[in-house]
Amino acid sequence: MIRSELIQKIADDNPHLYQRDVERIVNTIFEEITNAMARGDRVELRGFGAFSVKKRDARVGRNPRTGESVQVEEKHVPFFKTGKLLRDRLNGK
Amino acid sequence: MSDKTLTRMDLSEAVFQEVGLSRNESSELVESVLQMMSDALVAGEQVKISSFGTFSVREKAARIGRNPKTGEEVPIQPRRVLTFRPSHLMKEQVAAGNKR
Repeated sequence: MIRSELIQKIADDNPHLYQRDVERIVNTIFEEITNAMARGDRVELRGFGAFSVKKRDARVGRNPRTGESVQVEEKHVPFFKTGKLLRDRLNGK
Repeated sequence: MSDKTLTRMDLSEAVFQEVGLSRNESSELVESVLQMMSDALVAGEQVKISSFGTFSVREKAARIGRNPKTGEEVPIQPRRVLTFRPSHLMKEQVAAGNKR
């Protein structure tokens, strides 16, 4: 399923809404999650999962082509942990 | 970093502000989006949201695990796990926003 299919399904279930409003709704949800993580916040959606930010320490990396050492700066990466309900549903529980 | 935790309520509030539906309907729509994504994943489908990321279901084979406390061997059944791969855009925004 891709973004446009998700939008279409929501639009089909809600015939009273304009398609462009459904697009805005779906886009707002994903933007809100990304913006929260960009601020360093967590987003906890019970039953579905939680989005959080993890810190990766600075390290000395290596250019795999030349073998040369390079300093890699500390950085923050997005992380998702599946919620219990969804994890159980995936396994038929 | 502000270290806050957002919930469904914050997402519905954002939808409410953006589209001007009732609060009730906004929260129902947030719920349907999560429900539809979950249903697709449970059906074994990949959910690919451009500029956000991709959720995929992976099959894990059975293996012998170990209780770390007792050292006892316990069988782990084959199972399906969900992985999320953030898009480049999300990675960039999260890295830039949390940079000191």
